[in-house]
Amino acid sequence: MAEIQSPLPGTFYHQASPGEPPFKAKGDAVAVGDTIGLIEVMKTFIEIKAEAAGTFADYKIEDAAPVSAGQVLAELDG
Amino acid sequence: MDIQRLFIANRGEIAVRIIRAAQAMGITTIQAYSEGDSEMLAVRLADEAVCIGPASAKDSYLNIDKVVAAARESGADAVHPGYGFLSESPTFARALEAAGVRYIGPSANTIERMGDKVAARQAAEAAGVPVVPGSDGRVDSVDDAAMIAAKVGYPVMIKAAAGGGGRGIRIAADEAELRKLAPQAQQEAAAAFGDGGLYLEHAVQSPRHIEVQIVGDGKSAVHFFERECSLQRRRQKVWEEAGAECLDEPTRDALCASAVALAEAVDYVGAGTLEYLYDPEKNAFYFIEMNTRIQVEHPVSEMITGVDLVQEMIRVCGGEPLSVTQEQIRRNGHAIEVRINAEDPLMQFMPFPGKVGALRIPEGDGTRFDHFLYEGYQIPPFYDSLLGKLIVHGKDRADAIGKLSKALKGLDIGGLKTTVPLHIALAEDKDVQADAFHTQWLEPWLEAGNLTAAATGGAS
Repeated sequence: MAEIQSPLPGTFYHQASPGEPPFKAKGDAVAVGDTIGLIEVMKTFIEIKAEAAGTFADYKIEDAAPVSAGQVLAELDG
Repeated sequence: MDIQRLFIANRGEIAVRIIRAAQAMGITTIQAYSEGDSEMLAVRLADEAVCIGPASAKDSYLNIDKVVAAARESGADAVHPGYGFLSESPTFARALEAAGVRYIGPSANTIERMGDKVAARQAAEAAGVPVVPGSDGRVDSVDDAAMIAAKVGYPVMIKAAAGGGGRGIRIAADEAELRKLAPQAQQEAAAAFGDGGLYLEHAVQSPRHIEVQIVGDGKSAVHFFERECSLQRRRQKVWEEAGAECLDEPTRDALCASAVALAEAVDYVGAGTLEYLYDPEKNAFYFIEMNTRIQVEHPVSEMITGVDLVQEMIRVCGGEPLSVTQEQIRRNGHAIEVRINAEDPLMQFMPFPGKVGALRIPEGDGTRFDHFLYEGYQIPPFYDSLLGKLIVHGKDRADAIGKLSKALKGLDIGGLKTTVPLHIALAEDKDVQADAFHTQWLEPWLEAGNLTAAATGGAS
């Protein structure tokens, strides 16, 4: 089980913009460098990328919720 | 004056600025804050504070119902909107009016009219204020386009009459190019908007952004001279001056008089800014838009005129006449403001919402730092990155730049990455010192690696 952590405090989003599907859903294959979400920090959007490959388990933070640096955003299996 | 209790519907440095101005007038201050802002300096300084909702601005500072309800429940008789958030929302101004609370700004109708680019351009033309020469309406044929372009002067910008944004904008340097580009623009406009109509406008080359500060009391208006704000990155101002050295005295007089004429034509109440493009080649200025609020860079105008603009706008919106006549407003010396943002300029301006460590603030004659920092304060990540504004006043522009360099080196905000290194490099740049820049100058300067070279002592 690999964890994807937030590098910055901010607001976490599951999708690129409202109404679009989430970047990843349970069971999706994840490659190194795949975008799994966005962190909005001070009006700037930063893409959160997977640093390991695996299968997407789930988001650990709700969409549009505030996060602090180091908080686990999502988990990967295998 | 009718204002005893002022509700501040904003945050950060401008909330602090408004609280200080109001308290000095004997007004009780009530600070609105979100759950993400409970530790901010304005909450500590205000006489009272009210939580208006979650950290996300759309659920707090941008939520009209919540802000109006909080203002009314707190017994406020007026609301100051600051800048950003709800500061230019006619809906907000109307909701306050309906709730019987005064708004520190112009009427909802004026906000609406001046916030609409077409209506604002018409109001400007009616008041005799020059606007960028363009086609008065839509242009349907290439021959008409060529005729109008010859009149407004090349180069011309070709835009779709329908739709907005920068989509499909083309610039033609001469008639041959216009005849090639206009049909393309027509086709694209027809495909995108179902309307092939075009709009033509003279393209100002290497323009400067110059703006005029005004305050009106509904009967008359006065100006506090102009500001030069051409140093911009991603359309955000980073460095602002008062006045604009590039203007000669007759041009300055005509520019400032045009701003007063427009403000009086719309019976303006409150502080406002009229923005212009200035074409140095032609020594011509063109009105582009009006901001119906106090602006981030208002302190430079205060430094050269000695008038507290925030207090003045509170007074006139409280029903008092202007406290100064135009003759009493004199320019003295030169002022520069630089925006200190929590961003790392050496890392593509990556936001840096850290915790403030040791804080060293420069002091001295003609040096001012408007900010909302204190040691141990955790900068919230939910809002923009402006930490404060360092403002200097000198006897002339060269003196002001010298003071700015010194003040920047005396400013130390521990624990954060800030835009201080950018401003140190700009203050030492030959073009900046020579006042030889325009709105398209800073981004190429950054892309060419000038900041990295300056920050690493020339070795890159």
